Amino acid sequence: MEKTLVIIPVYNEEEKILSVIEDINKKTHGMDILVVNDGSADKTESVLEHSGVRVINLPYHLGYGVALQTGYKYALEKGYDYVIQMDGDGQHDSGSIKDLLREVRSGGIDVAIGSRFLSNKKYRTSLPRKLGMKLFGSIASLIMGQKVTDPTSGFQALNRRAIKFYGSDIFPCDYPDADAIIMLHRAGFRIKEVPVIMHYDNRSKSMHHGLGICYYIFKMFLSIFVTLLREKSTKEEI
Amino acid sequence: MPIRQKVFAVLISVVIFVVIIELVRKRKLREEYSWLWLATGVGLLVLTLWYNLLVAITRFIGAALPTSTLFFFGLIFVMLLNLHHATKTSKLTDEVKNLAQKIALLEQEIKSLLEYKDKKV
Repeated sequence: MEKTLVIIPVYNEEEKILSVIEDINKKTHGMDILVVNDGSADKTESVLEHSGVRVINLPYHLGYGVALQTGYKYALEKGYDYVIQMDGDGQHDSGSIKDLLREVRSGGIDVAIGSRFLSNKKYRTSLPRKLGMKLFGSIASLIMGQKVTDPTSGFQALNRRAIKFYGSDIFPCDYPDADAIIMLHRAGFRIKEVPVIMHYDNRSKSMHHGLGICYYIFKMFLSIFVTLLREKSTKEEI
Repeated sequence: MPIRQKVFAVLISVVIFVVIIELVRKRKLREEYSWLWLATGVGLLVLTLWYNLLVAITRFIGAALPTSTLFFFGLIFVMLLNLHHATKTSKLTDEVKNLAQKIALLEQEIKSLLEYKDKKV
């Protein structure tokens, strides 16, 4: 029997997280869910206590990438075959989980990345974000020789081999993004974008704002650049 | 080099040297971090005592005065020390991250074991 785990890294999501869990439960018929609480300062921890899902509480705020990786380490330890990673703010529509899972289960794909731009539903976003996605999307497309429309997507499905990669030390833990996808590609993983539904949330806070955007752009360029300089690591080595 | 300058420079180098050794002795500075500091002290000492070497280096790098050569190398050493610390900090950050993750994973494991035990009883 193949085991699948849904990993949701959360930071200060006391209002949304329960409805997100409920929605996943409804649409996946009781798939295992793991919420990684990244040192939230609000009531997220107590809200989750009686939610019935597995919860990992990080001792302090370590950032999105670290929370995510903690989930992958858990999945590795517990021997899960597939992982779905999604956000806890309700942006990712859990109805799309089955579409992502179908791709990795079919065997030909290691990582299925949910793209909000491939589906017909229009996704509204701010201009700087749109430009950033376009820029890094085109860089990733150029390097990988396949079209990448949504490099910032945190809605993904992975198989066991890719889970191992995400759980290893080479995974870029601060802002895993286009650079992680390029790294996966260089390591020989097969990646495919799958149309998914994402809901635009006015209230939602982006991880990048203010000076953070400058650092994000700098880090992304540097990370992609050094990834290309490094020797290719193959997925068998990981 | 005026004798006053020389005595002062030697004194400083010796003080640095002694302080580092003392810190290592008291286990306040790990041996692995001390070698760059010691190298700085020794380098300074050699350059002040062996004046002709300092003059030769000054001529080689095209500096006007031997004292600027000393300052220049002093700065280079400080930069190297900082870089050395930056690499150590990066490594520490990674290790602390891994530790925090491990703690969180273990805590979850303990919780689920306790729940399992409660259910059985």
